[in-house]
Amino acid sequence: MALTGVQIFKLLPKTNCKKCGFPTCLAFAMKLAQGGADISACPDVSEEAKATLGEASAPPIRSFNLGTGDKAVKMGAETVMFRHEKKFVNPCAVAVNVKDTDDNLAATAEAVAQSEIDRVGQKLRVDAISIECASGDSATYEAAVKSVAEKAPDAALILNCKDAAAVEAAVKAVADRKPLINGATDENAEAMAAIAKAHACPLVASADGLEALSTLTEKIKGFGVEDIVLDSGAKSAKEIIEHNTQIRRAALKKSFKPLGYPVINNVIRDDSILEASIASVAIAKYASIVVISSIEKWKTLALFTQRQNIYTDPQVPMQVEQKIYEIGEPTADSPFMITTNFSLTYFIVSGEVENSKVPSFLAVMDCEGLSVLTAWAAGKFTAAKIAAFIQESGIADKISTKELILPGQVAILSGALEDKLEGWKITVGPREANAIPTYLKGRA
Amino acid sequence: MSFVVPKESFNGKVLSVDFGAGDKSLVIGGDSALPFLAFEGEIPNKPVIAHEIQDCAPDDWPETVRNEYKDVSGDPVTWAKHCQDQLNAKAIALRLVSTHPDRGDRSAEEASQTIKDVLAAVNIPLIILGSNHIEKDASVLVSAAEAASGQNCVIGKAQEGNYKTIVAAALAHNHKLIAMSELDINLAKQLNILITQMGFDKEKLITDPMCSALGYGLEYTYSVMERIRLAGLAQNDPTMQPPIFGDVGMYVWKVKETVAEENEVPDWGTLAERGVAWETLTATSMILSGTNLLVMRHPRAIENIEKTVDELV
Repeated sequence: MALTGVQIFKLLPKTNCKKCGFPTCLAFAMKLAQGGADISACPDVSEEAKATLGEASAPPIRSFNLGTGDKAVKMGAETVMFRHEKKFVNPCAVAVNVKDTDDNLAATAEAVAQSEIDRVGQKLRVDAISIECASGDSATYEAAVKSVAEKAPDAALILNCKDAAAVEAAVKAVADRKPLINGATDENAEAMAAIAKAHACPLVASADGLEALSTLTEKIKGFGVEDIVLDSGAKSAKEIIEHNTQIRRAALKKSFKPLGYPVINNVIRDDSILEASIASVAIAKYASIVVISSIEKWKTLALFTQRQNIYTDPQVPMQVEQKIYEIGEPTADSPFMITTNFSLTYFIVSGEVENSKVPSFLAVMDCEGLSVLTAWAAGKFTAAKIAAFIQESGIADKISTKELILPGQVAILSGALEDKLEGWKITVGPREANAIPTYLKGRA
Repeated sequence: MSFVVPKESFNGKVLSVDFGAGDKSLVIGGDSALPFLAFEGEIPNKPVIAHEIQDCAPDDWPETVRNEYKDVSGDPVTWAKHCQDQLNAKAIALRLVSTHPDRGDRSAEEASQTIKDVLAAVNIPLIILGSNHIEKDASVLVSAAEAASGQNCVIGKAQEGNYKTIVAAALAHNHKLIAMSELDINLAKQLNILITQMGFDKEKLITDPMCSALGYGLEYTYSVMERIRLAGLAQNDPTMQPPIFGDVGMYVWKVKETVAEENEVPDWGTLAERGVAWETLTATSMILSGTNLLVMRHPRAIENIEKTVDELV
């Protein structure tokens, strides 16, 4: 159970030494209670107090990495149920499952290694490969794991195998990659935990339902493994959304430690598009790892995009890059418009320009992600700044008539802009984006 | 410590709205829990997907989806029957695109005739959508409501700039009404209040907080819908309890991901699957955040969403 600031204060040295960076021990205690500071910042706290606080101040959902190196995926540490409350922090890892009996094993691993794409400035890739022991043979399994590890040197590895002997051999072969062992059941928990502990690897606890799962994680923790991933046995989309919701609620609202871990969901289906749809349920609803059966490019693009949408910070406006966008195939005679770089403004304006079927140039100006009127009010979308941007953009060389179409909302800027942009004609366009198609066609 | 299922119960409830006439009529809403969390409340009705058709050939749809209807889309009646009889559509959304001043500027009378013809040809519920031209919709949807009188259709969309005439017509001819605002929970609430102040029953209202496509503002739609649901359920705000409408297809089938050929963007994979996946995942996200009624285009995307819904309930 979380402690209050006052309860924490009683455990501190009460010397107000300021070494922690806070003016008083009480201020530090209050910050600890909110989760905004770490107890290790206090050099004088007793070991006993540290243990008490460590337990109480641990994040409600344990956080650790899947994989190693700079492509490792951080999991857990989530603090809210809904993304509008606060940012979802650690995006769900996408893992592809391969069987050790599959002839295409190496090809899939290579596809994972080459899966990286760029979307609105973020590099996104298939994060992990889950190697399933379908052969039931330790040697075959170990060879498959080695081959995958070699072909996909940056991917995280998940050892999907319930046979402790096969897992042990495979873990030894790729121990430096810290594979996630998937894993432990009630029957093999002790043996699996021993392997995980010996190689400092995280371990998946698999049980049927949340009650059995809670018992299993406590058991595994008792064997000395702390980095646990939860598999509740959820198969249908209904089980996925219900289990994942209950797990996150139990961890966040009830401080229920046995379920305070990241979640893995297997969403494998025969139809690849349906599989993507069920994967998107897991991504939106609290999974930390989603395991799929294939990674066609269209599919990972859609999943990465959905994940990016869900994990965007709701408090920070999404921004698009400042530049002159070409919509359709504009020529020297095409219209030239300007708007701000709030992503939603950009999406709506560019969408309407596309709808108009009139090829156009659209200047998108960096206004720190504010919409047109807000940016104007905040002094970021002013005549001087617009003029500087237009002059530096080099657009004047691409169009025959120097005419700039201004959003109707900021018609007030047109006079000042004409003064600052010598030789340019400033035209006031529509106030609302949905009037753009009519407006552009009317000009044509 | 033993595990206790952490349940939440709410005082509020999503209003249930029925539409259509006869034995094919449908009901949406009625939920007393957040989407698909049936372990803690009632979710009596599944989300409904309506197949989108329009009153003129879909020249503006990308080829991937246009081709699906190439033999039937020349005529709205044939198209509607195809959806009902071949694709087992539960409902049809007829968009009166050709009434838009830029798309043919057909008259309200012509639109009325199309509606009458479609209604005569199918027996599944009909959603009638304007061309999203504020002024034109104000007259077209009034005639549409009259043409469909007695059929208990869903009419939309009423927006801040044109709701008065549309609300009056929906009221007079006993239809359900979609109220649309632009991605802002307060605007959605305000419009619902304005409409109910005209004497329109809130139990006949459907809220459209504006859809967006995957990758193009989906996160805004997702969170606005979640917040509307929470306001209706947890805060028991009666103005936030109408079911939610998601106009998925029209936002999806214009973004680059559903249009660009693979040779233009080799990193994006095959266009046919990409388009269907784009519409499917947009719709999955919508139903997870609370959408009760969706309008979609591609038969395979609709099929995948119906399968997803069946897995979720």
